[in-house]
This record gives sequence, C-alpha cells and structure tokens, in this order.
Amino acid sequence: MNSASLCFSSLCALLWLTGCKPVSPASDAAGLVYCAEGSPESFNPQLVTSGTTIDAISQHLYDRLLDIDALSGALKPALAQSWQVSPDGLVYRFKLRHDVTFHQTAYFTPSRALNAEDVVFTFNRMLLIEHPFFQTATEYPYFDSIDWRQRVLSVSAVSSDEVEFRLSQPDSSFLSVLATDFAAILSAEYGELLARQDEKPLLDTMPIGTGPFKFREYQKDVLIRYYRHPTYWRAHGPLAQLVIDIVPDNTKRLAKLLTRECDVAPIPRLAELQMLTTRADFGVDQQTSMNVGFWAFNTQKPPFNQVKVRQALALAINKPNILQAVYFGQAEEATSVLPPNSWAYLADSSRRSFNPQQARQLLAEAGYPNGFSLDIWAMPVQRMYNPNAQKMAELIQADLSAIGVRARIVSYEWNTFRRKLGQGEHDTVLIGWSADNADPDNFMRPLLSCAAAVSGSNRANWCDEHFDEFIASALKTTEIPQRRSYYFAAQQYLQEQMPLVPIAHSKRFQVRNSAVKGVSINPYGGVSFVHAEKTP
Amino acid sequence: MILRYLARRLFLLGFVFVALTVFVFSLNYLFPGDLVSNLTGLRNITPEQHQTLQTSLGLDQSLWQQYIEYNRRLLDGNWGLSFASQQPVLQEIGRVLPATLELASYALCLSLLAGIPLGLLAAVRKDSWLDKFISGMALVGYSLPVFWLALICIMLFSLQLGWLPTSGRLGVLFEVPTQTGFIFADILLATEIDRMAAAQSAFLHLLLPTLILASYPTNVMIRFVRHSMLDVLEQNYIKTARAKGLSRPQVLYRHGLRNALLPVTRQVGLQFSTLITLAMLTEVIFSWPGIGQWLIDSIYQRNYPSIQAGLLVVSSLVICVNMLTEILHTLFNPLARKF
Repeated sequence: MNSASLCFSSLCALLWLTGCKPVSPASDAAGLVYCAEGSPESFNPQLVTSGTTIDAISQHLYDRLLDIDALSGALKPALAQSWQVSPDGLVYRFKLRHDVTFHQTAYFTPSRALNAEDVVFTFNRMLLIEHPFFQTATEYPYFDSIDWRQRVLSVSAVSSDEVEFRLSQPDSSFLSVLATDFAAILSAEYGELLARQDEKPLLDTMPIGTGPFKFREYQKDVLIRYYRHPTYWRAHGPLAQLVIDIVPDNTKRLAKLLTRECDVAPIPRLAELQMLTTRADFGVDQQTSMNVGFWAFNTQKPPFNQVKVRQALALAINKPNILQAVYFGQAEEATSVLPPNSWAYLADSSRRSFNPQQARQLLAEAGYPNGFSLDIWAMPVQRMYNPNAQKMAELIQADLSAIGVRARIVSYEWNTFRRKLGQGEHDTVLIGWSADNADPDNFMRPLLSCAAAVSGSNRANWCDEHFDEFIASALKTTEIPQRRSYYFAAQQYLQEQMPLVPIAHSKRFQVRNSAVKGVSINPYGGVSFVHAEKTP
Repeated sequence: MILRYLARRLFLLGFVFVALTVFVFSLNYLFPGDLVSNLTGLRNITPEQHQTLQTSLGLDQSLWQQYIEYNRRLLDGNWGLSFASQQPVLQEIGRVLPATLELASYALCLSLLAGIPLGLLAAVRKDSWLDKFISGMALVGYSLPVFWLALICIMLFSLQLGWLPTSGRLGVLFEVPTQTGFIFADILLATEIDRMAAAQSAFLHLLLPTLILASYPTNVMIRFVRHSMLDVLEQNYIKTARAKGLSRPQVLYRHGLRNALLPVTRQVGLQFSTLITLAMLTEVIFSWPGIGQWLIDSIYQRNYPSIQAGLLVVSSLVICVNMLTEILHTLFNPLARKF
C-alpha cells in the first residue's frame, strides 16, 4: 500500500512538473526535425525517382559534380571545380576538388579524400555490366529513362583528379544530367570494402557520401537519423543532428508542426496554408516549381490506344474546377508538360478547353457512343504536383459521367501502387513529375520516351518514334533556338496524341517553425539543410 | 486435484491453439496470390526456386502433412518474411509488440488503480450525490468512442494548449537504441543521451495515449466493481458480521472487499481483448509504433505473411491472458474450485 501510494504521488509530481511546460522535443538547437511524407525506397539516388526519397536523402548525404543555381537555373561547380567540353561536343573533362572527404561512420572509415576513381566507380556502375555493383540493382530508373548506356561510351580517370566522359553523340543536356540529384557521387573505397565482405547490397542501404550529413540510423516508416559530417568541404550550418520524421498523414504532419514536433514540413495542404500564413510563429516558403501533375492513359490497353478516345477524355475534364478545388488556386493550369517558366514552353499551343459535347462526339467516332468503364488510379500520397489525387479523381469521375464514361477510383498503399503501376496494370493514373534540372529534356524523356516506357517512368506506356525523334534531335545541338523548335514540335505532337493530360503546375510550399532559418528549397529537386540553423 | 484442473485447462488451451493454427494455416490458401509466396513472404520467386521451396515446405504432400510442417516452422521461429520490408516477420513482431504491451499494461494498471477505488466508493455511498456523479461519469465515459475522445484530447492538450505531443513514443531527437523494446528500460540503458530529458519526453508521449486507452476499461471497472460490491453487501454474511458487532470498515475490508474483488480478476481477462482492440485504434491515432499500427499497415499493404503472424500473436496473447485470469480466479475463489 505504501509503495503504491508513493508511486502514485511521484507520478502526480512528475505530471505536475512536466505538464505545464510547452513540449518541444526539438527545442535542442543542435537538432532539426524535418517531417517527410513517406519512407525512402533506397539510400542511393541512382536507384530511385520519387521526390520523397530524393528529399530525404540526396542533398543531405551526397554531392554532385555540378550544382544548379536555384535562382538562375545555371550550372555551377560543386565537386568538379572546372570542366571543359571538346569542340565536337563528345568529350567532357572535369577537374575535381582535392579537399572533399567521405563520411566516417561506424561501418566505414575512409582512408583517402575524393578522387577520380570515385567518380568513375559511380558512373560506371550504371554503364558497365562487368562493374561489381551493376547487378546489385535491378534498374537505374532515371538513368535508364535517359538512355545512359546508349549516350555514354566511357567514363575514365585521366589523372587522380581529372575525369573524362565520352559520349556517343553530342548531348546538350548532359551537364544538366550530372547536376541532378540522381548523379550523386559514391565512394569507390566503400564499394571495394563491401565487395570484399560480400555485402554489396549495403551500398544502397548503408550510404556513404560526401554530403553535409552522414547516415546514422533508419527505422522503416518511423525515422531517419543523420549526424553532421564534421569535415564537410563547404561552409556548414551549426546543426549537429538532422532527423527525418516520417509522417504520411497530412493532418498529423500539420499537427506536429503546431506542437513543434516538426521544425520543417513540406507541402502542407493548401487549405491549411492560409491558416499558417497568418501566424507569426511559422514561416511559409514558396517556390514556383518545375513540375507537372497529369492524368496518364495506359496507351497499351484498349480503348486508350485510340487517339480519339484520349482526346475525348482530355476534353471532358474541367481543369479550372480542379485547380480551384484541389490546388486552391495555388497552381497554374497546364497546357503542356513543360511549365511556363521553361525556355522551351510552347506559349501559343492551341488551348483546348473543357468541351463535353465535342468529347461525346469524339467518343462516338471512336466507336464508343455509349461510353465505357475505366479505372482511375489515384495515388495515395500527397505530392507537390498533386496535393490530393483522391479528390481530383472524384472530380474527374463526375466530369466523365457527363460524357457517359463510368470511372472507378482505385488506390493502393504507395509502394504497392508504384509496383503495380510499373507492371502496367492501370487504365489511367493521376500522377505527376518534378523536374530534376532546368533542361526541358528532363520532362520529355523520362515521361514519354520509349526508353522510359521500358524503365517504367513513362506512366502512359507510350512509345512513339516520331516523338522520340523530336527529342533526340533536340539533344544533338547546343543552339537554344534550334532546340526550342524541336521541343515546340514535340509539344504540338503531344497535343494531338494526348498520351497524358497535363493538369497543373503547382507551387511548392514548405512550412517551418520561424525559429528555423536557412532551409532552401530548390525548384529542381531536394530540400537542403546545409545552412539551416535554429535559434533556441 | 488442482493438477487435474490445470491439466484440463491446458488441454483446452491446446485445443484452442490447434483451432487457431488451423485457421491461420488455411489463410495461406484463402488469401489471393501464390501459396509459396504467402507462406514464405518471398517476392519474385523464380521457377527453380519455386520448385525447391515447394519441396522444402512440404507442399507436395497431403494437407495434413503440410499443416504439421507449418506448425514445425512456427515452433522453429521460421515465420516467413514480411512482403513490405523482406525482414523476418517474427523479428518485426519482436520490435513492435513491446510497445503495445507497454501501452496496454499501463492503461490496465491505471484502470485498476482508478476504477476499483471509485467503484467501491460509489457502492459504499450508494445513492448519494457522489455515487450519482461517479456512475454518471462512468456512463458517459463508457459511451464515448475512444477515437473521438482521442481526437478531442489531441485538439485540446496538444494543439490548443501545446502541453503534450501528438504522436510517437519519444521525441525523435533522442537517440535511444532498442534493446528491450520497453521505452523506459531502453532509456535507462542508453548511454549517450540526457536520460532525464529523454524520460520526461517519453512520459509526456505516454500520457495521452495511456489516459485515452484507460478510459474505457476504467469506466467498465467502475461499473463492474460497484455492481459487484453492492451484490456482496446484500449477502447474509455481511448482515451477520454487522450483527456480530464488527465495525463498518472492518466488515467492508474483511468480508466485502475480498468477495467483491473476486469477479474482478475474471473481468480483467475479459477486458483484455477489448483493451487490445482499443490499443490498436489508439496506436493508429497516436502513431504509436506498436503491433496494432503494424497490423493495420500490413492490411493496407496486403502483406499476407504479416497479417497472419499478427493475428496469431494477438489471438494467442488474448487467449493466454484469458486462461491465466481464469486460473487465478479459480485459485482465489474456493466456490469456483469444483475440481
């Protein structure tokens, strides 16, 4: 009895002591919590394309040869301090920095700084079948989608600090590819160690990079913990720890922001942004992003293999309505896969607007006067390019019923969803794309080329030789006006063929606790905490 | 005598387990998808692998043999892999089960600590304003759905007042390695952190889920104890004891309380299954990394090996606890001891 009452009273005392203070587990200024919307699929950017994974890993763990300036979209030196291109556009040489160190962790201690071998190791992995790590991954989605193995002949070290890339044909988007978040530089020494230990898959799950933070632990669906990389080669904010807290539920993420359990969280629902912008203790960062949300038709499946059916469906949906209801006006209506701030954007493409009558007529011409049934796959997660696919699917469902098409909305858990999508089980899908670099090729090829149809990022499963020819020709020249004309032609062709319906280019939002400074969101990909700091 | 009773109980327990494993085993056939994949949790099995697995799993033999093989694998701890993570299911359960046990046991203790005294108080002061107040509150608490209560409490204590965190077991900036799976034990064993601050954070995280989860069993307990006590107080031996001149507290403590609390042991067992079900709801609402949330995630992911294993573990737990309280009840209660 005595000990029980003692227990009880001490419990009460503890309750009293702790109950009155506001909770701030993140009050420790040395640590920052970023609440992400999903678990990463891998810790190696070579193996993924999803924005969630890129946000969670690439800018923190890795560096690239080049970086993209967030403001101008221009390329700037990173691990490569300078580079040269041969006059015929086939040979690229990069001179590397000397002061770049790899992470030292419980599972790896580097014996040397970054050199040309690491760069060769990184890029040959995707190039050479005899590379010891080639087989450890089943695919390299981004690099496969841009036909890396066809475009690059060889990657070799000229000296310990100089690397040479030889291309099979001139490629004006090549430097942009090297600046994407996917072109992260890995450690060759770590690779050797793993090969010796026969633990090759660890290269992608226990990462070693040169980035501002090093890997500490990962609990699936719970959190990722990074520690500061003390010998990072660039100037560095004061954060000792970065935790990526995985909170898939939008409402919970918002609640965690309000209770200070999260310091920074991406894309809160636009409806709630209004509330947060009025509060002084939160800062809302926004950035017009290079992205597009679209509705893709599985063009391998009838009736979506018919152009008229696709055009009819495109005409049937009321985009301004979707923009209002799903994006709350925080997005631009899309008429092309390219966003308007891209230099190749086709401004005068004939805007086809909402026209159910014409849609019905087209359906009748295609042989479906009474409509048909289709599945709309709505992705289960929130993305910048589509903050609420479910709602969008419902709106489209209603629009389609007006032309006699019966739609069923389908959704799965995200990983299952992506897997089934990759297997082409869908009729139509609401999904989107965020650009990794400023080059228009980054929209065209990963989304709609034949190579991407094989690698799986072409959600329309669309393979068209004319289109592939346009985008291939655009890469053969570095002259911007000439490239632009090819992209214009490609966009016009897309307008006719309609393998997917571009819906919106959204703005990117990130809310942070106003004590946090220096977090940058990049229009071309991941979020960076290099210069982040937190006033206690 | 008592040994025979225990043997009978154990026999019953064995029988229930056989039924349970037969059911879980048959799920392998009932779930969609490939049988080998459902049994092992392996994905993308090549035809050659498929052949060897079929032999090693005993699938080329009779159903009865397959069932025996299945049980043997269960006992060996070979429960297959999770579809989602490709980790052994048993290992995953070992990671999440302590969190649920922790939450459920704190809630159960709280419901006993609060429910029994309040129930007794209400019974002793029958029909007074205190009784009416306690009974009324219990009725209200009993009728409130736990998820609603949880959301209201989150709105009030977390979002409005900012006192308590909304989810998880511990502030994420504390790095506490999992050793026992029980958070306070792990904090005690952790070396590189401010243990006091971590324990405080863990306590704050625990508070709301425990209170919410305890609300239903507490109210059931209040009503049950009150009812039981009132029953006992009606008995002739109470009147006899009073007539013999024992004081009221003496009667209550020696004759009333002991007899009234007997059925409560059994009630604990019966409440346990409700408690586990409610714990699952609470876990989802508070993102508590326990078996409930894990099981619900598995259902969303169509993760059949995990669903089976989760079902098996949770059901076994409920059955064992029920059996245990049953036995305890019998041991304490001479009247029920009809061996």
